[in-house]
Amino acid sequence: MKRNLTVTGMAAVVLSLAAPLAMGEVSVEEYRAMLADKDANPGFLVIDQGEVLFKTKRGPKNATLEKCDFGLGAGKLKGAYAQMPRYFKDTKRVQDLESRLLTCMTTLQGFDASEIKKKTFADQRYNETNTDIEMLAAYVAYQSNGMKINPPLKHPAEKEALKVGEAYFWNRQGPMDFSCATCHAEDGKRVRLQSLVNVYNKNDVQATMTTWPTYRVSHGVARNMQHRMWDCHWQMRTPDIEFGSPATTALISFLTHQAKGGTYDLPGMKR
Amino acid sequence: MAEPMRIRATMAGDVADVKVLMNHPMETGLRKDAKTGQLVPAHFIQEVTATVNGATVLAADLGTGVSKNPYLGFKVKGPKKGDKVVVNWADNKGDKNTAEAIIG
Ligand code: HEC
Repeated sequence: MKRNLTVTGMAAVVLSLAAPLAMGEVSVEEYRAMLADKDANPGFLVIDQGEVLFKTKRGPKNATLEKCDFGLGAGKLKGAYAQMPRYFKDTKRVQDLESRLLTCMTTLQGFDASEIKKKTFADQRYNETNTDIEMLAAYVAYQSNGMKINPPLKHPAEKEALKVGEAYFWNRQGPMDFSCATCHAEDGKRVRLQSLVNVYNKNDVQATMTTWPTYRVSHGVARNMQHRMWDCHWQMRTPDIEFGSPATTALISFLTHQAKGGTYDLPGMKR
Repeated sequence: MAEPMRIRATMAGDVADVKVLMNHPMETGLRKDAKTGQLVPAHFIQEVTATVNGATVLAADLGTGVSKNPYLGFKVKGPKKGDKVVVNWADNKGDKNTAEAIIG
């Protein structure tokens, strides 16, 4: 190699490696501290891309998403994600951020929802870059950074979603007879080295929910809660759960209400 | 075309702390395309240089061990608030990118 690393007048260089090296307890702490460093979070690259996309005229109607109503009024982004999921009059259902984005991409921009649903997540096995909806979700969510999780619970449909979500959480299903609760209702559980969130432990569930959307280092892309729902259904070996379906928004309503009062710390960065 | 970078440069005492995020797929050349079974050609940032007010303070050769969307952090002694940091990269396919930031 002609030149490896030449640095003048410098003290230290940190590079993100593809795989963390052998780690003892101390370096796990170091690794966590690095994950918490926002300046080192590539999720910001995705947020920047999402902002450009949000403000670009696209789709058959050649429109931007700037008039999208996330619950606080058309175009009001600040704090909107912190008050989702919520009931929307126009669609007559409870929607989370991602399903609402799908609505706006359809109504404002004229995209075909079924087309978008064919490819909602980047496939890390092919080293893909984020899909549009992943970039957009990262951007819109970030406009609630620093705010408290505070989804409304007034409309009967919001109350119903919360109840259905919790019931679903405990419902055992699929070839392994798993429920979400099998893995996520006790402290100190883990699968391999990954500790599993206990959604009935306030600190735990707040730490989880305040850091989504999140940059997943092992995927090299920013993920959203819809992806996590899909991913955990895969963990349960059930068929793919439909993006933005009432089942997913009910689950997300339940998880979000469990974490109420937590402060968004975005973008997250996880393994 | 390469997507934008992000640079943050702040003084801490007499040391500038520079943090750079680069958008890049960083293909290792070892990954097989699951559909075709063929190796995906390597595609990675090969050279990174950084200057402060035009003077080179860092020149690095990167390889395929660096993750996708690389993060590079380094510290430089001597600059002042308001000085300009410029970061350039070039990848093995000849694509290039540049971005700058004022040290705050
Ligand atoms: C077989 C065990 C298992 C089941 C069942 C399961 N999950 Fe998970 N869940 C995991 C694992 C493993 C992770 C990833 C942990 C990691 O990577 O740190 C995870 C992560 C999560 C996270 C993100 C945690 C965080 O801190 O970011 C949420 C939220 C979640 N699951 C919800 C659910 C829901 C809702 C269900 C039911 C639909 C479910 N899980 C079913 C194993 C499971």
